[in-house]
Parts: sequence; C-alpha cells; structure tokens
Amino acid sequence: MTVGKDVSALFPDVVNCMQTDNLELKKLVYLYLMNYAKSQPDMAIMAVNTFVKDCEDPNPLIRALAVRTMGCIRVDKITEYLCEPLRKCLKDEDPYVRKTAAVCVAKLHDINAQLVEDQGFLDTLKDLISDSNPMVVANAVAALSEIAESHPSSNLLDLNPQSINKLLTALNECTEWGQIFILDCLANYTPKDDREAQSICERVTPRLSHANSAVVLSAVKVLMKFMEMLSKDLDYYGTLLKKLAPPLVTLLSAEPELQYVALRNINLIVQKRPEVLKHEMKVFFVKYNDPIYVKLEKLDIMIRLASQANIAQVLAELKEYATEVDVDFVRKAVRAIGRCAIKVEQSAERCVSTLLDLIQTKVNYVVQEAIVVIKDIFRKYPNKYESVIATLCENLDSLDEPEARAAMIWIVGEYAERIDNADELLESFLEGFHDESTQVQLQLLTAIVKLFLKKPTETQELVQQVLSLATQDSDNPDLRDRGYIYWRLLSTDPVAAKEVVLAEKPLISEETDLIEPTLLDELICYIGTLASVYHKPPSAFVEGGRGVVHKSLPPRTASSESTESPETAPAGAPPGEQLDAVPTQGDLLGDLLNLDLGPPVSGPPLAASAVQMGAVDLLGGGLDSLMGDEPEGIGAPSFVAPPAAAVPANLGAPMGSGLSDLFDLTSGVGTLSGSYVAPKARLRSGFGHTEASLSRAAPAVGHPEAGTPGRPGRVLLLIPRLTWSSPGGPGRCGPSESPLQVWLPAMKAKGLEISGTFTRQAGTISMDLQLTNKALQVMTDFAIQFNRNSFGLAPAAPLQVHAPLSPTQTVEISLPLSTAGSVMKTEPLNSLQVAVKNNIDVFYFSTLYPLHILFVEDGKMDRQMFLATWKDIPNENEAQFQIRDCPLNAEAVSSRLQSSNIFTVARRNVEGQDMLYQSLKLTNGIWVLAELRIQPGNPSFTLSLKCRAPEVSQHVYQAYETILKN
Amino acid sequence: MIHSLFLINCSGDIFLEKHWKSVVSQSVCDYFFEAQEKAADVENVPPVISTPHHYLISIYRDKLFFVSVIQTEVPPLFVIEFLHRVADTFQDYFGECSEAAIKDNVVIVYELLEEMLDNGFPLATESNILKELIKPPTILRSVVNSITGSSNVGDTLPTGQLSNIPWRRAGVKYTNNEAYFDVVEEIDAIIDKSGSTVFAEIQGVIDACIKLSGMPDLSLSFMNPRLLDDVSFHPCIRFKRWESERVLSFIPPDGNFRLISYRVSSQNLVAIPVYVKHSISFKENSSCGRFDITIGPKQNMGKTIEGITVTVHMPKVVLNMNLTPTQGSYTFDPVTKVQSPKIRSEQVFLQSSFCDLGTWEDRGKGLISWLKLKLLTT
Repeated sequence: MTVGKDVSALFPDVVNCMQTDNLELKKLVYLYLMNYAKSQPDMAIMAVNTFVKDCEDPNPLIRALAVRTMGCIRVDKITEYLCEPLRKCLKDEDPYVRKTAAVCVAKLHDINAQLVEDQGFLDTLKDLISDSNPMVVANAVAALSEIAESHPSSNLLDLNPQSINKLLTALNECTEWGQIFILDCLANYTPKDDREAQSICERVTPRLSHANSAVVLSAVKVLMKFMEMLSKDLDYYGTLLKKLAPPLVTLLSAEPELQYVALRNINLIVQKRPEVLKHEMKVFFVKYNDPIYVKLEKLDIMIRLASQANIAQVLAELKEYATEVDVDFVRKAVRAIGRCAIKVEQSAERCVSTLLDLIQTKVNYVVQEAIVVIKDIFRKYPNKYESVIATLCENLDSLDEPEARAAMIWIVGEYAERIDNADELLESFLEGFHDESTQVQLQLLTAIVKLFLKKPTETQELVQQVLSLATQDSDNPDLRDRGYIYWRLLSTDPVAAKEVVLAEKPLISEETDLIEPTLLDELICYIGTLASVYHKPPSAFVEGGRGVVHKSLPPRTASSESTESPETAPAGAPPGEQLDAVPTQGDLLGDLLNLDLGPPVSGPPLAASAVQMGAVDLLGGGLDSLMGDEPEGIGAPSFVAPPAAAVPANLGAPMGSGLSDLFDLTSGVGTLSGSYVAPKARLRSGFGHTEASLSRAAPAVGHPEAGTPGRPGRVLLLIPRLTWSSPGGPGRCGPSESPLQVWLPAMKAKGLEISGTFTRQAGTISMDLQLTNKALQVMTDFAIQFNRNSFGLAPAAPLQVHAPLSPTQTVEISLPLSTAGSVMKTEPLNSLQVAVKNNIDVFYFSTLYPLHILFVEDGKMDRQMFLATWKDIPNENEAQFQIRDCPLNAEAVSSRLQSSNIFTVARRNVEGQDMLYQSLKLTNGIWVLAELRIQPGNPSFTLSLKCRAPEVSQHVYQAYETILKN
Repeated sequence: MIHSLFLINCSGDIFLEKHWKSVVSQSVCDYFFEAQEKAADVENVPPVISTPHHYLISIYRDKLFFVSVIQTEVPPLFVIEFLHRVADTFQDYFGECSEAAIKDNVVIVYELLEEMLDNGFPLATESNILKELIKPPTILRSVVNSITGSSNVGDTLPTGQLSNIPWRRAGVKYTNNEAYFDVVEEIDAIIDKSGSTVFAEIQGVIDACIKLSGMPDLSLSFMNPRLLDDVSFHPCIRFKRWESERVLSFIPPDGNFRLISYRVSSQNLVAIPVYVKHSISFKENSSCGRFDITIGPKQNMGKTIEGITVTVHMPKVVLNMNLTPTQGSYTFDPVTKVQSPKIRSEQVFLQSSFCDLGTWEDRGKGLISWLKLKLLTT
C-alpha cells in the first residue's frame, strides 16, 4: 500500500488521529496499526486505551471494528489487554459484534493459544453455537473448526444430535460462507444410524441448488459421506443419487478455475460411485477454449465413465483430440484410447485401428505414445492383434523416449518368434546399451533372454553379450542382479528357465490407475478441500502434520457407540481377509515372475494394477500367516525357524536340504522388521522394482544349489517373501487347539504385535491373546474394547497385563468373553472389531471368530421337537454343503462333534448311508438343525443345514469343517 | 483460511498486496511466476499451486491475476469463489476491474478488502451491504465530500447485515418502481458439415435489475419449468416453493443481481435459432486455403434475429486473411487470430481466404477454428 516505503516512523502521529469521529479516518488508522504495530510494539500500547474505549462505543459498528482490529495486532503485550473487551463483546447484545468477536477468539488463539484456554474463551465460543442468530453460529463454527485444526486431539466441536439440529437450522438462514463452514463441520459428524443420516441428507440437499459452487461441493461432500450409511435398496438412496448429478454438471459451466477443482472432485466421486454420472458423458467432452488443465482432467473422467454404451462417442472424441496441437494433451488422448481398449473389450478392435491410424501420421510423440499403449493392449488381449507388429517395427528408429523404447523392446522380445529379424532389431538397441535408461536396459535384458529361449541356435552370442554387459559393466544393482539370475537360470536348467521366463502372463486389468479403495474412502471425506485436488490425504502434504485427523467413511450399518469422535471408525479392512485369497503356489510363482513388463503401466506412483496390488498384498498377508504359524514368536531371530519348516513341505522334499541350508545362513541376522516391511515399501517404488526383486528371488528358491555366494544377506531377505503360500498348513500346534493368528502386525501398531485365537472350554468363551512388544519402549496401560458385533461378544473382564511389557517380551493372556454385549449385525457375520489401547496409542484390528465357540452346552434337542422344527422351517432356508476328505466314520464324527456341542439327536441307516440328525444352539438362542449324510468308504459328506436365520448356515458349515478336519 | 492476496498484472508486477494475518513475503509469488512461465499461455496457469509452506490459489480475470496465499487445508472452491467475488465487487464499484482503476481507488480497495474478509473469514460480500458501508466513488460524491468533509464510509451498521434477508437493505425508495429481467442463453453446440446439430446444450442465466420500494415479494413462473435440468439460485429464492410448485418466489436484492442460472442439457431438444453452414478447403501444394461460412435465420422459429456478431478464432499458424462478407463490417486481429465481422441483418455469407505459412505437418493436424455468434432475439 505504501509502495514499499517504510512509514513506521509516523507511528506516534498516526496513533494520535485514532480518536477521531470520522469513521473512514478511523478505519485507515486501524489499517496502519495492523501493519506497523509489530515493528513498534512499545508504541502500540498507546493505542490500547482507545481500543478499550471503542469497544464500549454505542455504535455496534465501532465496537465490532475495534475488537476486530485488536485481534489483528499481533503483539503479545496487547493481547493481554484484549481479553476483557473481548469477553464483553462475546456477550454483546448486537449479533454483529458477537459474530466479529467469535472470529477474534480464533485470531487470539493463533497468537496465544494458552491464553485463550485459560480465559475460558473456548467455552464461550461453544455456547455461541446455540446462539439465536445464524450468522453468529456460522462464525462460531468457523472459529472452532480453525482452532480444532491446530488441536486435532481436543474435542472442541462436540457434535451431538442436538447441536447438529441447531447447525442445520442455522444452515438455512446464514450467508453462503457460513453455510460452507457449517457443512464442512457437519461432514465430520458420524450419525448414529441410517435414519439420522437420511434426515440430515434431506436437510442438506437444498444446498445443491446454491449459486455458490463452494456451498454445492461442501453439500456434495456431506451427502457422499452419509450416503455410505444408507442402505442401497432404500428409495431415498436412489433419489439422492439422481439429485447429485445435475449440480455436479452445473459446476462445469463455471469459471475454469472452479471447473478444475470440481473436476478433480468429480474424479473421486466417479470412482466411488460411478452410477452418479454414468449418463453424463457428454458434458465432459473437451471444449475448444478450455484451459489445458481442465482438458486433461476431463480426459481422465471420460475414461472412467467409458462403457460399452458410450464407447463409440468417446473414441470419436479421443481421435479428434489426438490431432490437437497441445503436446501434453495429445499424449494423454492417445493414452486414453489405449485405456479404453483395455477397459471396454468390445471396443478393442476399433481402438487398435484408431491407434494404427495415428501411427500413420508419423508425428513423433503420437507414435511413441501409441506404441506404449499398444503394448498394454497386447497384454490384455494376447494373440489377437499381433498383426500390427509389422507396422510398429517400421517406426523403430523414430523412438527416442525411454518408455516407448522399452515398450517396443518388450514387444519384440515377447513376439520374437513372429518377427523374423528380431535378433537384428534387438542387437541394434544393444549397441548403445550404456546410454540407455535403466528401464530400457532391464527390458532389453529380458527381451534378449526371451529371444534366446525361443530361438536358441542363432542368438547365443547376443545373449552372452547382454549378460556380460548387464553383470560386468553395469553398476546398477537391479540390472546386475537380474543379469545374474538369468545367467544362472540359463546355465543350470534351461527348461526351468523357459518355464519361468516364458510362462503365461496374467492379464492386466482395466483399473490401472484407480485410487486405492482405502485412500479413496478417506479422500471422499475430504471432498472440496485441497486434499481432493491433490488426491492425497492431508497427512501427506499438510505442513508439519499438524492438525491431521484421519477421516473415514462411516460403515454402512450404523457404527458402534462411537460418538466420541470420527476417528474410531477406521477398523475397516480386516487384515485376516487377505489370507483367503491366496491361490495355489505354482500359479502365483509363475505370475509373480511374469510381471516383467518393465515400465509401470501408467503415470502416478500410487497407481498399481490389481494384479500388482494382489501380488504384494498376498506377500504381506502371507507373512502375517507365517508369523501366525509360529506359536511363540518372541522376537526377530526365532522367526527364521518356522518358515524353514514350512517351506520344504510345500516345495517338496528334494529341495528341502538346500533350502534349509539357505535358511541356516539367516540365523545370525535379526532383521526381521527389515525384511517384513520390505514388500510394502517396494510397492511405492513402482512396478519395475518389485518385479525385479521378485524375479531375483525365484531362482534362489528353485535352485538353492546355485546359491549366491558372498551375498547371503540378500537371499535371506527374499526368501521369507516367497514362503507365503503356507497359510495354516504345517506348523499347527495340535488338532484340538486352533493356531494363533497374527491379528495386528507390529508394524501397524507401533511395535505391538497381537496374535490370538478363540476357544471355548467348559461353557466359557475365551480369547487367548499373545502380546509381543517389538518396539524399543516399555508398554503399559493395556485395555481392550470390542465393537458391537453379531453375537454380542464383549470382554467379561478387563485386559490384565500385570507387569509392564518390556521390549521383545511376550505375554500370554486368556481373556474371558461374555455374550452380553450389545448386538449389531456385522458383515461377515463372524467378524469382530477390536480396539486395543496401551500407553502409546490406540490400535484397531478386526478378526473373524470361528462360530463353534458360540455353540452352547444345552444344544441337544428332543427327538419329537427336532422333527417338528425340521418340518416347520421352510425349505428355502435349507442349505447344502459338501465336506470333503474326511476319513472318519459316523461314530467318530458324532463324538467329535459332540465335544464341540453339536449333538446327534438321531441316527438312521438308509440304503447303506448313515444319516446323522444333529442340533446345536447358538449363544443367542438360534437353533440350527443339521442332517449329515455319510457314505461308508466315501470321504465326502453331505451336510444339510436348516435354520430360521439362514445367514448363519455358511458359518456353521465352516465350523463343521474346522472341527472335523482338526 | 485466506492469508494474503496479491494482485499481479500481465507483465508480472505485484501492484497490490493485502495480508489478513501475518505478513507473507512477496517472494512467495515466485512460485506463481514459475508456473506462469511453464504454462506459456496466461489462461493455462493451474489454479492451485503448492509451495513448500503455502498454497497459492489464483484466478485470472480481466488480464489480472488474483493470487491468494493459504496455509492450511481450506476448500479451494471457497477461495476461488471469494476471489471472483472480489473481482466482481471491484467491477461493481469502479466500473471496470483493471489495474488503473484499482490504483486510482487504492484507499477504497483496501477498505473493501478489509470489510470483505476478517482473519480469513468472509465478512460482508453482498454488494448491497458493502455499498452501505463504503459508498462507491462518484464524481458528485467526491465533490460533495471535499466541500463538506464527510467521508465515503458509512458510519452505521448496515441494516440488512443480520436480518434473515441480508441481501436487501431496508428503506429503499423509488419514484418509478420497475423491474427488468434479462434472459441470456449461451448455446454450446457442435454443428457438422451439413449444418445439422451434433450436440447442443444451453447455459442460461436470468439477470435482474430490480428497482422497487420497500420489501417487495415477487414470484416468477415459467411456462415449462421442466425444461430446466439444473438450476442454481440466488440465496433470496425460496427453495421450498420451487421444489413444490416450480415457482420462483423471492424478496429481491436492490439493484443488479443474477437471479438464477440454469442448464438445459442435450437430452432435451435444443433448437438453435440460426443455421450455420461452413466449408473449408486447402489449395494443393500451397499454404493457402479458403474458408466459407453461411449463417442465416431458421424460418420456422418465428423470431426475428438482430445484431449478429460472428467471431472466428483461427489457429495460430494462420498469418493473414482476406475477408469478404456479404454484409456488415469486419476486422481481423493478427495477434489473437480473431476475425470478427459485425452483421446487422438476416443472412450473411462470409468468404475468407487465408494464408497459412505453417508447415504441412502442422496443417495435418487440421485447422481447428471455432466461432462465436452473438445475437439478440426478440
């Protein structure tokens, strides 16, 4: 304002003008004070008197102005004098003054937080939420939100149904900006049940028609979050979905800056709920005068919305875009065509021909981009479009970008048998091997090995050359390791090498760059904020991590008594579930090795295809299960033993000795956590890397005799990762006792590892826990709590850990459970969400309990009663299952089941088959009737279950399986 | 919340800065300049830029950049909306939102900014309220002020500020009570070679100028409200009434404001009142070509059309063109590659041959041009 001149020398003179009646002059003096008080703190005191006097002026405008200005003077000495006038103003009769004062509390808090708390201003501020004037309410909410942001733990915005109601009332009457604050605040609330969620949604919906786009987007956020709680077959759910689309589309007609932010958010919404905008494809067509940043975003959304119904339109548009002038945009458009081909199978043909047309244009960057996407199309539809390879090869010389070169090399290597001069082509690349980027080098190495395996006679020299280049002349460890592995593979067993290198590839999936579901759920809670623009959780970029509260969507069925705060919710994904998806070992080994695509499929580092995700997840999950197999996993060194026992069992005897040799190497090393964390850490670093390390690992397992002399550390780091495929199998403690499972891995819980199992003995259910401290500090103050669950399981006694848990120490506790807790149906039925607290933090995990712990002792039904009940239950409630591979006879079955409280009511012999009629009762009084058909000599049993609550049948069947097979 | 605001002109000078919290050094704008340089075109500067300690959210309006600095997680739309509101207010006060106007009225600008935002929270953004607090500068008022010594700053609390209708001031009196509504529709259409419509969508707004005394309560009903796919309302409109009866019922603000904006999407039949035919041809082996466009009213619409302006944006490779319209006048701006004939009456045939000195490769990408028609229907 002063054109850069320092006018602080005039301070005393200006302050003298303060007591004027001329409001304009007064305002200007205040403005001056705000700017220069900091440089003249002593003199600023002179102004205090006038401020205090102005705060008692009869004109509310002046009172408000004074209190507002005082808050802007960031001088400590002044803030002390500010407290009294501020207190008065917070209780002022004029709402204008009150609302200004509310903001002033936030200002003061920014300068001196302690002072605000000591003076009790926070409580006054909370009272203002119930103010009669909506504008005051809005400002109080805004101020509290800002204060809460710097104190994430404090429970300032104590939201309960009453205060929510007040906010909703104020929402209708306050200014647009106030509405934004209130809506953002509402979004942090977790309604008790779906009814409450619906009523809030109903009252928020009118905001979707507001002229201010920020209000609209904040309303969308609230609706998106609360919709999560509404059941999908509710009429209202459908209405709401319909109401969401038009305002989102309207946002796109606003100024380009608003469009950009809106599009980033729509991108999230489309991923979460594609049904909202599925008919609105056309509005995302790029306009001639859109700024480039809007164009790129629109393109992204177009691909997400592409489906069979609209693909023709989309392709026509994309083709048009590919002839545009802007290079970035053209590239992305070409890529988009490829992604359409992968996403919508019916369009693949057309996409490929479009891409070929584009290659014909010979525009350098278009050709390169097209080759990269054609490689992906090959991976999705093998043996379909290989006829285009010839055209691709024509453009070999024009490729100068590493990604395009790597893609081309991959194509040449993969289809070496169809390209006559494949060796020449690859040789031409090999000439400048050292100048290529790592990506190209790795790809070239793999391609030449593939070529050698396909045409061994004429390419021996070439493969020698590339292997020596990779292993001797390169200082890139990834490249060198891959070279060594191929070398050894080829020299020891070419057949195995063929199996490994040329194995069937898993198809790549369409969802290449979807945001991870958990991250997506978190981001949905941040719609309309910076996080949604960056597609990163605030913790990833908000400075200093201050004020970061992890938000999560509410569970669909109403969550537990968690009115405390929204943070209690994220007990979401049960870690145990990962285990279910473990495929047979052979398959996965092949899959892992054949992810050797080199470059990541596309762009952002977080993006990983489902396959990649799957692979890494399985590794993580597998490790969990390994650790679960270990009965007393005390610390790092002892971890090594169980895999050594488990792996040979899986890989077959001949390799056993070699493997244990390798494992012997590990005994001296205690870096469990290092190797454990590795798979996850590598996920971030991208596809190529994970794959490299995996293909390195494979030969080490398959050919232990080849060894890796001089580098034991690396081998042992890899082996645990490949031993995942033994979930449960060997290493079990005994038939009667189920093995401990790792429920909470140490790395998720700041060093606390919890494993455990459920048992039922003499009518009491207990949860046997094993707590291991893998952190460096002592843990104390343990406590445990369950979320509401289907059968009302709850701890019957507090978690008793008598002495503090010192590092590496393990303690075993048996926690008695009662079934008197509050009941809420969970999905799956037998999942249990648990919170464990210690002096460090609160941790959440979820686990599945076997249903047979709930079978009660008095579950034997009278014969007549059984017959009547069996007839009484409608036939559609009957479920049939097969229990395979059970060598027991009827007596043994009966007695074994009886010990687990499944009682045989009657037994008949019909046509040589034994029919067992059995009954059992669950803790909540549900009867389950069973008919078990056993054919002598046939290890498969047929189990028919009848129950009034058919959803338990599946779990009862699993219980049968567990009991009979143990 | 919003920390600071910088106004930057096209040549990259920061000519105004305002801090609502502590002072943020001007050097933070370097990140903005960096992004601006990268974007090449002023319109293409990304609206949200992150820097190590701050986030810069900017808008580009009337050849000025409004760059706001924020430090915490704030809804960016809120910031962008607010910045547009600031620009609107300047426009409203000074007639134009330009560097010169802002520099001439720097005191009022600071007073306005101070009044609009407090500690990053918007305070008063309704133009009616602002005008009561700070009177817009007029020549007459400045003469009166210099004689009487009074100021531009109102010294009482604006009456509407806290009422349920914050947009309207109390005690308005007019001798002539009148209300005007402008319906402005923008049709976004793609028309193929034969002149048939591929895609058309209407973005419409109803702007109102209301000069009525007291507290008028108005209702406005549509012949066929179902046509409107989506509407966004000025806060004055009672939403319940619209939901149930499809009638706009409202107590209007005083003066000019946008009542509603609406969208009629392509699913509905959008009738374009004119027909447009075009053809484009390149001369073999030369860098020249010919571009013809014919525009005329559709007979069956039964509406007269006047004041047609055609704006054609030619690609950057086009260096020069010769224009021969059948009617009206025309101009060609070689810098922005815009040719704009002004035509008054019904049918027009525009013939333009252009010289294109670009290489063949550039032309291979197609000559993408777009045109804008401005017309009035009655």
